[in-house]
Amino acid sequence: MTHTPDERDPKVAEAIDRYWKKNLFIMAVLLTIWAAAGLGAGVLFADTLNAFYLGGYPLGFWFAQQGSIFTFVVLIFIYAVLLNRLDKQHHADLEEAQS
Amino acid sequence: MSVQAWTFLFVGVTFSLYLVIAWLSRVSDTKGFYVAGQGIPAIANGMATAADWMSAASFISMAGLISTLGYAGGMYLMGWTGGYVLLALLLAPYLRKFGHYTVPDFIGDRYRSNAVRIVAVICAIFVSFTYVAGQMRGVGIVFSRFLEVDVNVGVYVGVAIVFVYATLGGMKGITWTQVAQYWVLITAFLTPAIAISLDLTGSAIPQIGLGSDLIGEGTPLLAKLNQINADLGFASYTEPFIGQWDKLNVFCVTLALMAGTAGLPHVIVRFYTVKNVAAARWSAFWALLFIAMLYLTAPAIGAFARYTMLEGLNGKTEAELPEWFNSWEQTGLVLWMDDGDGKLTYTGGERADENELFRSGNLGAVRIGEIRQNHARWLAGEPGGENGGAVLRQAGLSGPDRDIIVLATPEMAGLANWIIALVAAGGLAAALSTASGLLLVISSSVAHDLYYRIINPQATEGQRLLVGRTVIGFAVVIAGILGIYPPGFVSQVVAFAFGLAAASFFPIIVLGIFSRRVGTYPAMFGMIAGIGFTATYILGSVYGGWSSWAFGIGPQGIGVVGMVINFAVTLGLTPFFPAPDQSVQELILSIREPEGAPPALDIELGPEAE
Repeated sequence: MTHTPDERDPKVAEAIDRYWKKNLFIMAVLLTIWAAAGLGAGVLFADTLNAFYLGGYPLGFWFAQQGSIFTFVVLIFIYAVLLNRLDKQHHADLEEAQS
Repeated sequence: MSVQAWTFLFVGVTFSLYLVIAWLSRVSDTKGFYVAGQGIPAIANGMATAADWMSAASFISMAGLISTLGYAGGMYLMGWTGGYVLLALLLAPYLRKFGHYTVPDFIGDRYRSNAVRIVAVICAIFVSFTYVAGQMRGVGIVFSRFLEVDVNVGVYVGVAIVFVYATLGGMKGITWTQVAQYWVLITAFLTPAIAISLDLTGSAIPQIGLGSDLIGEGTPLLAKLNQINADLGFASYTEPFIGQWDKLNVFCVTLALMAGTAGLPHVIVRFYTVKNVAAARWSAFWALLFIAMLYLTAPAIGAFARYTMLEGLNGKTEAELPEWFNSWEQTGLVLWMDDGDGKLTYTGGERADENELFRSGNLGAVRIGEIRQNHARWLAGEPGGENGGAVLRQAGLSGPDRDIIVLATPEMAGLANWIIALVAAGGLAAALSTASGLLLVISSSVAHDLYYRIINPQATEGQRLLVGRTVIGFAVVIAGILGIYPPGFVSQVVAFAFGLAAASFFPIIVLGIFSRRVGTYPAMFGMIAGIGFTATYILGSVYGGWSSWAFGIGPQGIGVVGMVINFAVTLGLTPFFPAPDQSVQELILSIREPEGAPPALDIELGPEAE
């Protein structure tokens, strides 16, 4: 970590840049789903969705009290899997760049 | 065996367990004291985070809140779980890579300023004390309800227990104790829920039961509940946006709770305790999974208990009332003031005038006795009588206390005495685990961020540990005092802590990671503006009698506005101040990349391994 950004090997800098952009992309997609399930289906559109039913649950009510929570758990799972995989790939990229 | 005997047994056994764990995992160095030596496995850390997270309010009050609020109760469920997504994606891995002890530590290093560090310390202490006051009160309430001792005696016992295991074991002791506490509280929460779900709907899974038909009725439980609510004058259970909980307020409270969750220092510090960046991500997943077990069950308990209460009590005479009602009437959580027809009526909303069910709230036993006596005279038509129902309605005490929903559910379902006692042990586990986590944050903020980083950077390991333990001691006592003289309702106070965290820490940490441009002064002013606005608004509307609906947003959701102000002030000032220097630029680049994270220490080794 003694390198300043400008002194870094361009290949290394490129690998780091690629890693960060992929990370931001995954984050943006997952946060969009997060907002859509929680604040969207659970709050903003809850009244509209309540016209539909899931078993005995009105759908908007289900999203507010059950569905959003299921979604959140799955989102963090996907994030952990994708990012930890990206980390490994990044590690390999760096070794290649430095060799 | 009686409920009380079982409760003594369970509380005794669980408390001994906590103390044994604390003794076994006692520590001798500051790294173990504050971050458990960073060697906690992700799954254990997730469990501890879940126990740390689920407070007395989550365990005792939340299902009751949902039960009375219906749809709007979802804002607590979504807010307190959705925040973990923000935490996992925006904060946890980066803060773990940063690899220091506390939240003010990150803020102080990232913004290169002791002034900012001090502001962060003050915010951390302020938020933590707001939150911890509710926990100690929760301990007192559980003790008084189940063991029939004074609330204050319960607070003293709680203070003593937390004092011993927090000062002895630090973060390591607290973490392993919390793992045990998680199992106690989740077993205590799920067992009655499953039993009552089987009883009402025939489904052993409460989440499915809530969406199923009632046994012997053929109509969905929720539809039936809507109909009963409507008949008795209450608002619909599943319809959104009724009364004060319009779309804007539900949205703001949900978002404030989400951002607040991600900004709460006692939750963030958890992610410093795992091995590496990957483990921090898994840890967030495990934490939310374990939390979801309770949060997905709470709405089921809320609806089941509401149905049981409305159906089981309305129109019943004294002789027909279920046993649980009589035993809980003695606690004052529910009071019946008959209007003279000998039949209980529990109504609300447009039919609030007919309601005969009340709670004693903050009125003392003497005052309640007086009201009861006058009420009896009034019923008998004697002079000096006064309708107790009207008196309590005037005092704003219509309807049973919310806490009764979780506390009395096992009895409503006709469960054995030992399950009722288990719920008491679970409530205590929830309150104690949260209190100890918060006290550690207070201690580390003072001993590490103030004493070591600012006052005496030459302090030895021994001195720092001594200061840390002393501060915990003082903090426990202050928390106890706040528990005996509570500044408000448990859940209300806790909800405000989130607004304050959302308005102070969340924006500053996120910008600290994702912006390389934001410098010291914009961050400091942003933080002060955010927490200053939010605190003023809350104090003004709760205690100062301001109109709490200025902007159309209530005090619980105002943290969102504070957060926006914080972001706006920080970003607005940024162009006028210099960018962070080279060393901070490198710090930011390094936390954004998982490579070269500092290794975790072996938890069994002392400071010599460093």
